[in-house]
Amino acid sequence: MKNRVAIVGVGIHPFGRTPGKSGLEQGAFAAREALRDAAAEWKQMQFGYGGSYSSGNADALGNELGLTGAPFTNILNACATGGSSLLSACREIQSGAAEIGLVVGFDKHDRGAFNAAPSEYGLGDWYGEAGMMVTTQFFAMKLQRYMHEHGITSDTLVRVAQKAYENGSLNPNAWRKTPIGFDEIKSSVMVNDPLTKYMFCSPAEGGVALVVCSEQIAHRYTSTPVFVRAGVLRTRLAGAFEVYGASLSLEDVPNASQQASHAAYEIAGVGPEDIDVAALQDTEAGAEVMHMAENGFCRDGEQEQMLRDGETRIGGRLPINTDGGCLANGEPIGASGLRQIHEVVLQLRGTAGRRQVPDNPRVGYTHVYGAPGISAVTILER
Amino acid sequence: MTDRAIAPNLFVGSGEQVALLGSACKSCGAIAFPVTRSCARCASTQVEMIELPRRGRLWTWTVQRFMPKPPYRSSETELTFAPFGLGYVELPGALRVESRLLENDPAKLSIGAEMELVLYTHRVDPDGTRILNYAFKPVRTPS
Repeated sequence: MKNRVAIVGVGIHPFGRTPGKSGLEQGAFAAREALRDAAAEWKQMQFGYGGSYSSGNADALGNELGLTGAPFTNILNACATGGSSLLSACREIQSGAAEIGLVVGFDKHDRGAFNAAPSEYGLGDWYGEAGMMVTTQFFAMKLQRYMHEHGITSDTLVRVAQKAYENGSLNPNAWRKTPIGFDEIKSSVMVNDPLTKYMFCSPAEGGVALVVCSEQIAHRYTSTPVFVRAGVLRTRLAGAFEVYGASLSLEDVPNASQQASHAAYEIAGVGPEDIDVAALQDTEAGAEVMHMAENGFCRDGEQEQMLRDGETRIGGRLPINTDGGCLANGEPIGASGLRQIHEVVLQLRGTAGRRQVPDNPRVGYTHVYGAPGISAVTILER
Repeated sequence: MTDRAIAPNLFVGSGEQVALLGSACKSCGAIAFPVTRSCARCASTQVEMIELPRRGRLWTWTVQRFMPKPPYRSSETELTFAPFGLGYVELPGALRVESRLLENDPAKLSIGAEMELVLYTHRVDPDGTRILNYAFKPVRTPS
């Protein structure tokens, strides 16, 4: 990536449920934290990109932080809202149009599964009326097939969830901070076979913000800049197996995650073996398992052994979702992708506290996946 | 009592003759479900409506165990909701279609099982109209 973009400030509002505090207020909190972290002021920001799914336009943050006249663009791009915001900010800086700006995402969702309207996705109303407009079903069906083809057992799903809650217990900003035992996860109520209650994340609340700037001025704000080596957004191809797909083709077509991952490695000039810490979309435990292979970290089926050997735990060969991921943090759509970046930045800075990955990680990876077949990947380096 | 399809151009026929409708691209041959106005693979607008095979094999499945929020629209309440099976059925030579399954017992659902298309009453509207939807059910093998 020419004209390297540096992340010089990060801020987060704790995830979970914060009664009496709007999504926008949580976004403003995160923005102030990020500015404080960068020792910068809001009025210095030459642009803003951000979004939420359920909490209104991100540019309303101006009412909280001050109305400065700077351009602010609202982004609404499902689970890739954060990734798309960061990408837009990178383009802004790389083009030379601006030197420094703010990226922000926040949300506050109602309880229970998401219930999107089919018409928003170009689908007929019948699809929702029939009971198929439910994202959990997709993940369950994709996983059922994957387990059948690649010999993944439900114990592996349990281990992924167990790791998430264990990491969440080390993260003061996580929603679920209590470890949950193997048997409790395994025997919790079945929601969408083969996935039980504790293998799913829930819609939640939270906010995250980043201050980004050009490499040339990064030293003014921090001694530990983290650089965006690659940022890629991809959408679905015809016939691929994706969320809200009423059909798919008989032949295998690469999905949005595989496309985004492949392009990101190519742009960054690194491979999966170079990654020291990763954050992968784990809307449910099986998603993390499948995304490990789709992002190149193992071959299909190897996850079984890797999870059994603890390779993806903090201290393992490739720590994944060190902040507890979506499983322990819940999913506020607008904030979720930026939470991953926030966490990887802390890990690369070496300031992740009790959940710090040992041996000075240098290269990190983030991946989101969402409806209706969209994926954003970043590769970050200190 | 009148019957109405849950959506137009989703399926044709009834009983043993029911078939899902799809689109076949005259340019690249790609098959789509549901019916489309243009080909998602090659962007051609030369597509024709076709009937899809009415039997296939279960490619994957799950059971929906909680009642979906709206836009789900059935005659059920939280108290009367019955978990339903859901899956993708591979239709030979065509594609894999997502469908409700008329079987919700995991012990009776297995990948590779032969399935056939049927219509079922999805809900009854207040005026008494029966809303019909498609589903697949396991083909009974003679025992």
